[in-house]
Amino acid sequence: MNRRRFFLLTLSLALLLTAAPAFAQTYAIRGAKIYTLAGPPIENGTVVISNGKITAVGRTVAIPSGAQVINASGLQVYPGLFDSVSRLGLTEIGAVSATVDTNELGDYNPHLLAATAVHPASEHIPVARANGITHAVAAPAGGVMSGQGSAIHLTGWTIEEMSIAPSLALVLNWPTVQTQTFDFATFTVRRRPFTEVKKEYDEKIAQLEDWLEAARHYAQATEKGAADKFERDLKLEALARLVRGQLPVLVMANDHRDIKNAVEFAEKHKLKIIIAGGAEAWKVKDLLKQKNIPVILRPTQSLPGEEDDPYDKPFTNPGELHAAGVKIAFATFDSSDSRTLPYEAANAVPYGLPWEEALKAITLYPAQILGLADKLGTIEVGKLANLIVTDGDPLEIKTQVRHLFIKGQLTSTDNRHQQLWEKYRARP
Amino acid sequence: MKRNHPNTGGTGLWPVLFIVFLAFGPPARAAHAQNPTVTVIQNATILTVTQGTIEKGSILIRDGKIAAVGRSVRVPAGATVIDATRHFVSPGIIDCHSHIAVDGGVNEGSIAVSSMVGIEEVIDPADIDIYRDLAGGVTSANVLHGSANPIGGKNAVIKLRWGKDAKGLLFAGAPPGIKFALGENPKRSNFQPPPGFPRRYPNTRMGVMDVIRQAFSEAREYRKRWQDYNRRKTAGEKNLIPPARDLKLEPLVEILEGKRLVHAHCYRADEILQLIRLAEEFGFKVATFQHVLEGYKVAKEIAAHGAGASTFSDWWAYKVEAYDAIPYNAALMTQKGVVVSINSDSAEEARHLNQEAAKTMKFGGLSETEALKLVTLNPAKQLRIDNRVGSIEVGKDADLVIWDKHPLSVYAVAQKVLIDGQVYFDRQKDIAQRAAIEKEKKALLEKEKPKKEEKKPEEKKPSATTQSPAEVQP
Repeated sequence: MNRRRFFLLTLSLALLLTAAPAFAQTYAIRGAKIYTLAGPPIENGTVVISNGKITAVGRTVAIPSGAQVINASGLQVYPGLFDSVSRLGLTEIGAVSATVDTNELGDYNPHLLAATAVHPASEHIPVARANGITHAVAAPAGGVMSGQGSAIHLTGWTIEEMSIAPSLALVLNWPTVQTQTFDFATFTVRRRPFTEVKKEYDEKIAQLEDWLEAARHYAQATEKGAADKFERDLKLEALARLVRGQLPVLVMANDHRDIKNAVEFAEKHKLKIIIAGGAEAWKVKDLLKQKNIPVILRPTQSLPGEEDDPYDKPFTNPGELHAAGVKIAFATFDSSDSRTLPYEAANAVPYGLPWEEALKAITLYPAQILGLADKLGTIEVGKLANLIVTDGDPLEIKTQVRHLFIKGQLTSTDNRHQQLWEKYRARP
Repeated sequence: MKRNHPNTGGTGLWPVLFIVFLAFGPPARAAHAQNPTVTVIQNATILTVTQGTIEKGSILIRDGKIAAVGRSVRVPAGATVIDATRHFVSPGIIDCHSHIAVDGGVNEGSIAVSSMVGIEEVIDPADIDIYRDLAGGVTSANVLHGSANPIGGKNAVIKLRWGKDAKGLLFAGAPPGIKFALGENPKRSNFQPPPGFPRRYPNTRMGVMDVIRQAFSEAREYRKRWQDYNRRKTAGEKNLIPPARDLKLEPLVEILEGKRLVHAHCYRADEILQLIRLAEEFGFKVATFQHVLEGYKVAKEIAAHGAGASTFSDWWAYKVEAYDAIPYNAALMTQKGVVVSINSDSAEEARHLNQEAAKTMKFGGLSETEALKLVTLNPAKQLRIDNRVGSIEVGKDADLVIWDKHPLSVYAVAQKVLIDGQVYFDRQKDIAQRAAIEKEKKALLEKEKPKKEEKKPEEKKPSATTQSPAEVQP
């Protein structure tokens, strides 16, 4: 057999492992320390997985006959990591617009679904998976209303196989008052008078109000059976779910004034709001706690927003929010960087966020925030078997993911990077 | 590229706040005022990098240099003692690719060869990123020109002596260097020229190599003119007219004479090989390949040429030439005999280079010492300053970081950072001064508030996610 054929064969074997087979399979992970995140860790425990779900967890659990047993003694089991705002599947090579499907034209695209553009064969997906990310939200970007984020498993031949929830939350980029912006077309800083920028901001908020007003009328009309009396409007149809409280709004905001404005806006319009970004959320933590609004934080590994902020502000922000009682999650807001999710959480730990809270903020809490906690986030009977088996603390850099389960299937951690490594390592 | 970025400038109250900050800001400025000449760090786990790990060890620092290292170091009378019980001490981190402390743009991108310009002339000692990176354990940085040109500007190697003036930041004795760039950036593949400006030659990898070859051909001629002149002068000829100085070609002559280090930005394996062959054709050596994301494909050739490789830990896919980037790159090149470092190219990434180095243990299986070398001894070797810094050895500069945990742990936080034996960053002092700074800021903002009759509109800072051109494409 020549090298190329051998390589292709290995590759197809890897792909076979990657994709979820159609047949049901029962697994038992035995002898591991299990961090269920629903109670204290279970030493020397067993997890049984059947038909895609967790069917038993505990210290003394009967292993069903015919189960594939994974001896995990000395290893640890955790819920799979959840990158709750990512671009996975939506972009391949940042600088090549042909491969990027994150930003649609136009300011108001509430009806667009990220799942429509998720590329199941993206090389980014297995790369993220290899570091323990088992599911993610593919979130669109751009404009004011970018579209709806979709929750996906990080495996599957088709989007149907990957899908957890195609319509999870509406992405809304909160309009900001920016007197200076960097103009990439001319590579210069553009400065504008405050009054001019503020006027634009007010107009944008007025537009938002108009959209919601229209959506309320549309919702009313459809409820009263009058939908056939006027043309179907896909945008208003999507926004009707928003004003009915059926679809949460994921508001991208970092500046504390923007966060405050967005919270007031959501309250006025009775929207279910989640803040995403939240660089300055620490400045409005009491408000967030009082209104019970969760925050999906942008990468901890960021520079402080203000020149005279403490140098460690992005590291202390998560701990401060937690201490104030605000529910937080971490996300990468990225695709190629999605694998660094555990480190974004880990970097908050020495600065005041308890370790278990950091872990929950990339497993359980994003599931709760996005309404998926009935399916994901802990190792409990009845939940989807998205979990990882590691040789140590999943937040620590040198830890390796030994086994990975998505939808109850043992899923390969092979990926493009490992393949290139093996190929060139063997170069004579 | 994908990281957030510092503000692009100031409006409104901003300059006022900045002045306040300079006056009262990060406390390390005051910390080194007493200038202790003898310091002992005690009871630490010392990661020497070159001579193993010393448990419960001490480091004696005298006149800015390491005077003794070991388990039993006598404390001289009058010495300042730093107790580092349960703490780790590593050499200061050296960032082999940085753009901090630069006043304005890093790219003289209007021409294809910009070797006449240099970073040393635009050092901004008040750049807050110096302090932020210092707080991450960085003590030295190779501040480079951008990658817009096949041959870019001259570099400046600095120490992060926060509080000193521009000259005080320079790493005296570090050999000079220069930036080269290959591939998409000098081709300007991902950049639109501003409206009304034509595209600039080169537009292909052929053109990039042509520009470099052309420049070195001219430099050779230029050197010959000077050699002829000097020979005739030495021979005693009278009334000789010296050749006109060419500030573009002078640095290239220095490269030909082995007096200036070439730091070549590159991505693809083929372009790496092309520059190696060109360098060999002209008889010089490339000091470092920078980024070198496909270096693992031609590690053998890089090692044979004797060049170093300074790469990212795990960035990939932001452009075509970064699509074959793998996090195993640093480990694989190391295992194939290349001197490898991990750099930041970003004021943010530089804050956790210790963590980036740790990734090579996960991806490629480097040992702890090998991983730590990637951000200490190896960049020092690449910058030819390893006689001064990069390890904890007697006689070297006392550039040290005291960590609360092993620096290759994601949970490690730098507690104190010393440069030349002086504490330039002290986390406890930083924290202690925050309330006073906050109070001062509030008072000044109050003062600046417009009176009712002449109400000024409030201005907002630029978004924290605004990117600057330097980082759009590393």
